[in-house]
Amino acid sequence: MSKIQRTITLRRVVVTGMGALTDIGLSAPATWAAMKEGKNGVDTITAFHMPEDWPVRFAGQVKGWDPAPLIDFKEQKRMDRFAMMAIGAADEAARDSGFDFKSGDPYRHGVMIGSGVGGILSTEEAHGKLLQGGVRKVSPFTVPRLMVNAAAGQVSIRFNLRGPNCATATACASSGHAIGTAYHAIQRGDADVVLAGGSEAAVGQLCIGTFAAMKALSTRNDTPTIASRPFDKDRDGFVLAEGAAVLVLEDLEHAKARGAHIYAELLGYGVCGDAYHIAAPDEHGSGAFMAMTFALRDAQLNATDVDYINAHGTSTPLGDAAEVSSVKRLFGDHAYKLCMSSTKSMTGHGLGAAGGIESIAAIMAVTENIVPPTINLDNPSEGFDLNFVAKTAQERPVRIALNNTFGFGGHNVSLCFGQFED
Amino acid sequence: MTETEIEAKVLELVADQLGLARAEVSRESDFDKLGDSLDKTELMMAFEDAFDVSIPDETAAGVRTIGDAVALIREHIAAKQAEV
Repeated sequence: MSKIQRTITLRRVVVTGMGALTDIGLSAPATWAAMKEGKNGVDTITAFHMPEDWPVRFAGQVKGWDPAPLIDFKEQKRMDRFAMMAIGAADEAARDSGFDFKSGDPYRHGVMIGSGVGGILSTEEAHGKLLQGGVRKVSPFTVPRLMVNAAAGQVSIRFNLRGPNCATATACASSGHAIGTAYHAIQRGDADVVLAGGSEAAVGQLCIGTFAAMKALSTRNDTPTIASRPFDKDRDGFVLAEGAAVLVLEDLEHAKARGAHIYAELLGYGVCGDAYHIAAPDEHGSGAFMAMTFALRDAQLNATDVDYINAHGTSTPLGDAAEVSSVKRLFGDHAYKLCMSSTKSMTGHGLGAAGGIESIAAIMAVTENIVPPTINLDNPSEGFDLNFVAKTAQERPVRIALNNTFGFGGHNVSLCFGQFED
Repeated sequence: MTETEIEAKVLELVADQLGLARAEVSRESDFDKLGDSLDKTELMMAFEDAFDVSIPDETAAGVRTIGDAVALIREHIAAKQAEV
């Protein structure tokens, strides 16, 4: 056998479509418009009964979205809400891209859709039936609904995507890894067009109860609309939220050949692991530091090129401090010239959907030269002296933006988006 | 419960669970054509609930059409009444 030789020319990857369902907007444009206005999506839970003695009784809920026009009754039975929302976001992204997924070679079209906890509402429902009525009362649709990869599978069926097909499950970094994995597949030439993002529909008693048990959630039951307050000295935990976001990532030449509208270029993907604690960063934010470092190296950029960081900024005491510390160390003096906001102040924390939703914020920031705000930021913590875009959006040149996502388990992702220049 | 009553109830359950119009299902309808194996399993569970009978999986496997299901349910109801 002759010695294996490989030379791969990496291709450029651009964003040609976006779709989203969030608690502040039922489409990507509506979500972006709400972010620019500083709209809050968090409120008292209405989707189900929340006992009065629960420590947390509020969340970010996607309200007023009806899957029926897209997904018929029979198909709905096979899908958890998180998979249906993924189809909703993917459908919008596909239409927005103008690409006909029925055209061309389906083995060149892929999907990467992550989720933190998958079909946890279906898991909860099935377990209730199991305890009440025994195993014969459990719905045969339970497994297809609860699988964390169900969204990727269902979206592939919907759009006949037969190329790379995978679901990432790295907690709150799931979308970041999905988008990065799709980027690698297109760069290498394994696919030309990939639907990539994440979906989460975890607002139920099991998820709220278990995150509350960790003391990870804000307990501001009396003032839920100001509970998500990243970087503020009175932050007390994150706010769970539903959401889905899907990007159409495409090989640049493929996009140009069909005359596609290009929003931005995905320039870099940096990943690393903490190998430290299952649910906390180290105080210096070493993981965030290295993920951003690797994203910039991949993008062949300097730290001084970065104009905007869409922070992970979940509004937890430890997490925000570690991220701010990492940004100060990595960017030095430039940390005071760039701006960093957390759109989770508006949407709450969409877990596995967060990186998708927030990539849209980063992409639109470079598209429109507008930075979305960190609302509810009344008094930054001591030493938090960066431009966090408090309260209102800022118009300023944004050529390069980073989107950070970090997950329990110590999974760190930083994505680098840039204005498209041919 | 007469066979006609059982049939009417079975047709109603099938139409409701599969999101079909009543006219789209009949005694001759084949479960394999109406849906997949998961749909059929869910329907068998619905029949058990609606008629308060217990249909073993081995018996359910032999059911091909709605007519087969109606006959099977009728047998089970009769057997249950005989016990009482």
